[in-house]
Amino acid sequence: MIQDFLFFLFAAGAVLGSILVITRRNPVASVLFLVVVFFCVSGLFLLLDAHFIAALNVILYAGAIMVLFLFVIMLLNLGHAAWTDMRGPLGRLLAGSAAVAFLAVATRYLFAAGPRVADEPTVSAMRAAIVEQGAVGVVARPLFEQYMVPFQLTGLLLLVAIVGTIVLARRRAP
Amino acid sequence: MSAAFTQADVALVVSALLFTIGVAGVLLRRNAIIVFMCVELMLNAVNLTLVAFSQSLGLEGQILVFFVMAVAAAEAAVGLAIIIAIFRHYDVVDLDRFSVLRW
Repeated sequence: MIQDFLFFLFAAGAVLGSILVITRRNPVASVLFLVVVFFCVSGLFLLLDAHFIAALNVILYAGAIMVLFLFVIMLLNLGHAAWTDMRGPLGRLLAGSAAVAFLAVATRYLFAAGPRVADEPTVSAMRAAIVEQGAVGVVARPLFEQYMVPFQLTGLLLLVAIVGTIVLARRRAP
Repeated sequence: MSAAFTQADVALVVSALLFTIGVAGVLLRRNAIIVFMCVELMLNAVNLTLVAFSQSLGLEGQILVFFVMAVAAAEAAVGLAIIIAIFRHYDVVDLDRFSVLRW
């Protein structure tokens, strides 16, 4: 099936891209591979019936946040890989063993009960709701009704972040 | 999907892998910006988990992803501002150089 093929394509792209993110010396290359990873994850969101989240991921992560990263790299003039920032053998050993340990624990819990995640009635109910209310409405409606207070608090959080960023990035008066 | 594994199961495995690679990146690199990018990668892996579980637990998972994204955007803005402030002071973004909070 084409959907399964695309799913595995995006999954492989995300994993390979993220490995490239942490192994490239040049920060600009890392940022560009991270954009690839975010696009692949957006494809996975799309195939998991999260259409609005997929669009948001492309606009917010692959668009806005990554441009911010590139802008800071440009501003600080770090675009050339003049110094290697990889840690030594001890750090690599620590990183590798932490990764293996974490993965072991995660897979142990993932496969403990076998395949179980997708629930057929829930999936078909979700698809029916998306068809009925639209891909945006199905997320936006609960946001403005049931989750009104957290939604407003998010706005407050963003305001605080804006003020904090301006305070931090402002040049001190001489 | 062949066998009994659904796309949501595979998505959970992918998200575990992405999170692990993010952790390894944080431990491996000294460049503050790349460490920060690995944190974003981990946040995205968590979003993938939430979307995968929304296949069995309903749409609340997707709404939670919305909040995670808003917090991630705020965190990226403030974090990059901190990196810029540190760079102005030390002229490097090497994390091993910043072992004290004062100064």
